[in-house]
Amino acid sequence: MTAGFSDNTPQETPKNDFPRISGSEAVIRSFLAEGVDTIFGYPGGAIIPVYDALYDYRDKINHILVRHEQCAIHAAQGYARASGRTGVCIVTSGPGATNTVTGLADALLDSTPVVLISGQVGSTLLGTDAFQEINFLEITQSVTKWNCQVKRAEDIPAAIAKAFYIASSGRPGPVVVDITKDAQAGMMNFDYKPINFIRSYQPYADIEESQILEAARLINLSRKPMALVGQGVILGGAEQELKEFLEKSGIPAAATLLGLSALPSDHPQYVGMLGMHGNYAPNIKNRDCDLLIAIGMRFDDRVTGDPSKFGINAKIIHLEIDPAEINKLVYADVAVLGDVKQSLPMLTEKISQRDHTAWLEEFHACYNIEREDIIEPAIERKGAHLRMGEVVDAVAQKFDDAILVTDVGQQQMFASRYFRFKQTRSIITSGGLGTMGFGLPAAIGAKIGAPNREVCLFVGDGGLQMTLQELGTIFQSEVGVKIILMNNGFLGMVRQWQELFYDKRYSFTELTNPDFELIAKANHIPYRCVERHEELDDAVSEMQQSNGAFLLEVRVEREENVFPMVPAGQPVENIRLE
Amino acid sequence: MDKEFIITIFSENTVGLLSQITTVFTHRNVNIESITASESAIDGIYKHTIMVRNDEDKVANLVKQIEKKIDVLKVFCYTPNEVVLQELALYKVKRSRNVEDLVRRHNVRILDIHDEYIVLEKTGHRDEIRELYKMLSPYGVIQFVCSGQVAIIKSRSELLDEYLSVVNEKQRQLNSTK
Repeated sequence: MTAGFSDNTPQETPKNDFPRISGSEAVIRSFLAEGVDTIFGYPGGAIIPVYDALYDYRDKINHILVRHEQCAIHAAQGYARASGRTGVCIVTSGPGATNTVTGLADALLDSTPVVLISGQVGSTLLGTDAFQEINFLEITQSVTKWNCQVKRAEDIPAAIAKAFYIASSGRPGPVVVDITKDAQAGMMNFDYKPINFIRSYQPYADIEESQILEAARLINLSRKPMALVGQGVILGGAEQELKEFLEKSGIPAAATLLGLSALPSDHPQYVGMLGMHGNYAPNIKNRDCDLLIAIGMRFDDRVTGDPSKFGINAKIIHLEIDPAEINKLVYADVAVLGDVKQSLPMLTEKISQRDHTAWLEEFHACYNIEREDIIEPAIERKGAHLRMGEVVDAVAQKFDDAILVTDVGQQQMFASRYFRFKQTRSIITSGGLGTMGFGLPAAIGAKIGAPNREVCLFVGDGGLQMTLQELGTIFQSEVGVKIILMNNGFLGMVRQWQELFYDKRYSFTELTNPDFELIAKANHIPYRCVERHEELDDAVSEMQQSNGAFLLEVRVEREENVFPMVPAGQPVENIRLE
Repeated sequence: MDKEFIITIFSENTVGLLSQITTVFTHRNVNIESITASESAIDGIYKHTIMVRNDEDKVANLVKQIEKKIDVLKVFCYTPNEVVLQELALYKVKRSRNVEDLVRRHNVRILDIHDEYIVLEKTGHRDEIRELYKMLSPYGVIQFVCSGQVAIIKSRSELLDEYLSVVNEKQRQLNSTK
């Protein structure tokens, strides 16, 4: 026991207003005060007291027992991105904690609000290399938005309140609260005060009117503008504000991978996805633009290609909540710092009603080229083998308003290219970190976060096997995820690069796979395998009609490539159609 | 082109804060030339002074990344001519007449006198400190230590005070709208 907390002196009279409870129960009650009803976790020695407290709150909190801590955090990410709420997970010290590092990094790069509670050895053992002790604060320094360690029971509510505020405000991100075992066991008077102010953290800048006016002036003068829609629109809940801005300005809009679904795919001004495997039009037209309006996006190198050539003839307006993103990679002629939910309507008010039909037609012309050269061949039911594009298209036809979850690699790109989105928060994918194995646990979290929506996971044979054990979670917790396994027997995206840039030297990218039917069976998950075009629709229907989880294995062409493609580091206008 | 910058960071005094700051430098492969940290004039607020030599844009980005750390209040970046810079050095030197002459001519304090050696203290600009080292070297410098640089800005007001008054006002407004 450390000094200064939970002295059990008998003469102390508990304050009536504040129940005297354990630090562990304070963790749970703090969650409830934050409106948490779902947590993902995995028990272990240093977090047993919290699990013990949770036992009494099973009717209020749904705990999903995953099979590996990495999946607890990926599931929490999926949950957060599907529901718009903060994802929560609990893990033990040492290996439990280190297993979450990939998920924390993923959540940091993709701005996902997650609160991770990690157990820690007793405070007197800190720094002694005790059993399952690691310096988790140091390890997570560069993969969290914020972290802290709590060594006294009475400090738990304030730390958790701060964690939720930081995770969900401004540009969201992951936070870690590392709680020593004695703090969990200690007694304290529970009094929860949510936090909405930290003097050293001002997440919402006051929007500068002068920047709005300058941005509006550029927009009104522009002849060939394009809007670049990022996830900031979804995170800020500014989908309607975006629509109003676009419809008044008449500006064509492209989306980043994470910005997909902020605008419905069939919106007349939507011109496709940006980036390395994005659509042809928004990449090839980049050079012609005289104005780019980046809305809640951060000019990732997968979007910009060579950043020095990105928008080379264009002025750039950057609407962004995170000051550190402004001028980081691409210089902004006008930077509007602040929440796009606020700045977009201010901008909409100042711009003139415009019509860019002729300019928009140029995008449509490019789209037609892409449709003929790439899209139609990709989705048509022809050829010796099934191909990923047609599979995505077949699923998208039947699941017309599902949440798309992807793993990382070729299926990720095919799925994001050929899926169609009707409503916001309909894509969950690892964009920044590119974490293979993300898909399955994220899909679990997404289904739990949005139980009334269908969740379709596209995953490759490589990625599925990285977190395959979560099929057990799907079985135990009855999570109705539709899994479309694109099995090509390769680590397809790496193989594609080896084919195109490394003389077809397929160094360790071929997989000899297990029998996925037996794996599905072992986990009591309905399964079907298709290899022929004629079976595809029927198989997708069967998956759709089946209650709960389903594993649809699709044996696809072994050496298919994703096109279009901007070769890494080149200007986006160098986009290749083959 | 690489230039010298003085980054001053005001932060809360939380465990691991220094490591949070240095992580930003390692992540971007920027070497720290000199670093000092101590409590500022305001209770509970710490001030870190870090010298770097790097490209101006890279440093501007670095500053924003440091400021992004939750427990960092405000970061300022200066060029050497915007600040008064000082550092403190201690020299342990063998006793000799020449050394004592140098002490008189260079405004050096004597901290300790021993049969064999004397300990000298010099406060000044880095160049002066290096210069004195060179002059003492022929007579035998047994030990030499030098602090990191501290800096005070030449403009009249403390910029952190402006920041604090703005955020305090924000807090007041938040509380009154409750």
